[in-house]
Amino acid sequence: MKLELRGITKRFGSLVANDDIDLTIEPGEIHCLLGENGAGKSTLMNVLYGLYQAEEGEVLLDDVVQRFAGPGDAMRAGIGMVHQHFMLIPVFSVAENVMLGHEETGFGGRLNLDAARAKVREISARFGFHVDPDALVGDLPVGVQQRVEIIKALSRDAKVLVFDEPTAVLTPQETDELMTIMRQLKSEGTSIVFITHKLREVREVADRITVIRLGKVVGEASPTASNSELAALMVGRSVELTVQKEPAQPGPAGLIVRNLDVIDHLGLKVVNNVSFDVRAGEILAIAGVQGNGQTELTEAILGLQPRVTGEISLNGTSLTGLSVRKILNAGVGFVPEDRTEDGLVGQFTIAENLMLDRSDRPPFVKNGNLQLGFLAEFAQEKKDEFDIRCESIYSRAGQLSGGNQQKVVLARELSRDLKLFVASQPTRGIDVGSIEFVHKRMVATRDAGIPVVVVSTELDEVVALADRIAVMYRGSIVGIVPGNTPRDVLGLMMAGEVPSGVAA
Amino acid sequence: MSEATATTAPSANEPKRAPEYEERSRSNEVLSDILNGNFVISILAVLFALVIGAILIAVTNEDVQTASGYFFAAPGDTLGAIWNAVSGAYGALFQGSIYNFRRDGFLDGIKPLTDTLTFATPLIAAALGIGIAFRVGLFNIGGRGQMLIAAACAGWVGFSFELPWGVHLALALLAGVVGGALWGGLVGLLKARTGAHEVILTIMLNYVAFYLISWMLRTPGLLQAPGSVNPKSPAMLETAVMPEILGPKYNLHLGFLLVIAATIFAWWLLNRSSLGFTFRAVGENPNAARVAGINVKNTYVYAMLISGGLVGLAGVMQVLGTVTTGFSAGIDAGIGFDAITVALLGRSKPWGIFAAGVLFGAFKAGGFAMQAAEGIPIDIVTVVQSLIVLFIAAPPLIRAVFFLPKQGVRRRTVPSVSKEVTAK
Repeated sequence: MKLELRGITKRFGSLVANDDIDLTIEPGEIHCLLGENGAGKSTLMNVLYGLYQAEEGEVLLDDVVQRFAGPGDAMRAGIGMVHQHFMLIPVFSVAENVMLGHEETGFGGRLNLDAARAKVREISARFGFHVDPDALVGDLPVGVQQRVEIIKALSRDAKVLVFDEPTAVLTPQETDELMTIMRQLKSEGTSIVFITHKLREVREVADRITVIRLGKVVGEASPTASNSELAALMVGRSVELTVQKEPAQPGPAGLIVRNLDVIDHLGLKVVNNVSFDVRAGEILAIAGVQGNGQTELTEAILGLQPRVTGEISLNGTSLTGLSVRKILNAGVGFVPEDRTEDGLVGQFTIAENLMLDRSDRPPFVKNGNLQLGFLAEFAQEKKDEFDIRCESIYSRAGQLSGGNQQKVVLARELSRDLKLFVASQPTRGIDVGSIEFVHKRMVATRDAGIPVVVVSTELDEVVALADRIAVMYRGSIVGIVPGNTPRDVLGLMMAGEVPSGVAA
Repeated sequence: MSEATATTAPSANEPKRAPEYEERSRSNEVLSDILNGNFVISILAVLFALVIGAILIAVTNEDVQTASGYFFAAPGDTLGAIWNAVSGAYGALFQGSIYNFRRDGFLDGIKPLTDTLTFATPLIAAALGIGIAFRVGLFNIGGRGQMLIAAACAGWVGFSFELPWGVHLALALLAGVVGGALWGGLVGLLKARTGAHEVILTIMLNYVAFYLISWMLRTPGLLQAPGSVNPKSPAMLETAVMPEILGPKYNLHLGFLLVIAATIFAWWLLNRSSLGFTFRAVGENPNAARVAGINVKNTYVYAMLISGGLVGLAGVMQVLGTVTTGFSAGIDAGIGFDAITVALLGRSKPWGIFAAGVLFGAFKAGGFAMQAAEGIPIDIVTVVQSLIVLFIAAPPLIRAVFFLPKQGVRRRTVPSVSKEVTAK
């Protein structure tokens, strides 16, 4: 089926998210939609899927104009979508999830589960998915859950499949498997729209590439284009992706973690017997696919996890069992993974956010009174130093862009007297300029002789920053390797394999 | 946030120096801020509620009903009757709450305003307490219980000890505030330690307080007046009664000055103190507060202590200021619940609460006059009060009614040039 989008324009208030976009997807091709976060890719696909109504333009399937009032219409027309965040119910079985929304019922409303099971088996056999229809979705690994999403779409006879950032949650190996599945679907005649901002994947699988920037189509590219060509198209300028840094001058071990176990609120062991050292003046990157215990590990260091056993010490002083406040006061700087949820109070001003974790002591508080004059001076100074782009220091932090929000968090943490710096996903979802800035500040922190721990799921960031890399898988550290370890080795380790020649 | 908005909303609201942005004039910005601000919405909500109140007054008025029977013969009669009914009612409301032109001289004419302030006094105190809890993200529905406990503590000190003038009042006041604070703090403690929800705790503790005080008022030797069979306490001793600050002619008592002080305290607490900073941080985002080293559980306890203390102050004013002849279990007079309304109308900001409390005091003072002078049921005032809260709770409705610009679309945003780390 041929899909055509003609002159799609979608506005949100005065913001033009899609500006006169034309796009044609030929039958049986993998068409990559490449663009940065916020470029308008997902908006476009939500227009296609009937979740948004475009102000102008039309959607054509096999040259017939379509009117989609909602996803139901789009599905009936043969468009399927695999969302970045899966739309699955964890406590339902695979078959139940697949039938959800168009349940076949027998007498008295009895569900015809057998039909759904058969459908899952049939599709799964056709593509070699190996999915058990009776498994509970919540028990399945992320890669398999994604396959359930694909089965769900295919079970509704989707002729056009939209993958919205499908690889964000996958290991490199699972990503490779997904690529194989996409090629297989293509050979069966399904058209695929593949939304991503990862250049390597695009080049591997795409037949055609359309690049979107600031809501407009800025060009088409062939998969043979080089990474730097694609990146330049996408960002509008050539980007320096490597981080300039001198070799580390590591001192004595600052942070020492021994036999750390963390048990989460469900009673599951999410960090399992983890031990490592971070020396003064080095960056230890903790690599791994999202959800392998990295978050809980950093939270345990900060005293945010209630059930922790093992030993954490900083410069010889034990941090185990201390309150968050005491750990912060011991000189631990922390950039949480979810900055809007854990890093900032969105309704507070930038200035107020800058004193958030020093709200009980001088210089911001004297005798229980806020020192607003001092705070204003301090905030102004940090706004300039960290290049926080805002109307004033009294703007609400929630109104800032991701990059500027992250700069506020960094400014707050780095302006304390630090003995350890822990940053979790410090550049997730922020713009290129801010990424460069964040990376520079982290290297500068290292060069000031402070042990730095960076958790990142982006291999590129890990490789760019790390002096040493610890790879986590299912709560354990698979191995700690030098910063120049090849990507394929790291990729294997992220999938839990220990390549030969790597000391675990 | 739903998947659709999460993935498509532009990640940036960073003001770029685009031409459209520069062109916005300063006054435009200010006007827009005022129009979209809570203050205007609050005023409009009050006006709108008064309009609907007027309609209710008109349709329930007998003259209007009679005149409308021959509406097409003489429409002027109906309109005249409506005018008479509504203007009479709101005129009485005004004369009963602000200034009575029928009295001779300014000193007599202004008495209604002092009545308004007298009614407002406990309302403001309790609403400050509720409002502070709101700012910490807690719903303190336990105003009644906290007021009853506070009233009992203050009243007990007030009628049982013979102490010098001044000391007695201060001690009774302190006892009441501490009583209310502990009753409120208990909720904070239970929430912090066990994770129980404060709404359920406060509502249940209202019953506990009510029946506890009722029992004590029925039990000789506890709170019951000696030699009486009624569930009522003895009268307060002279030394414990709040002095009337404008002389015996007016009912306005010392409590009003205390309430001004309490408002200043609440403003300082929320906006200038480190404790208030942690209160607001926890109220807006408890997760970020916790990561920033703020002890969220302790904050709940402190907040409920202070909240209960301020609500307790309202209870104290009731026994030592309003009803000094001995109290019964109905001494709270529903203030604990009205205070929620006042705190909402005042947007949980101390001076907003003060203004809202005065408005509700005026409704109370004027409502009686309205009933007495025009025979309009006082329930109309309750309806108007309820409508105000309804409209406050539904700002989009008010915006739609008054054709105000929508919130959130007034700033031009440009999609961010953002990306995650890509391949080399």
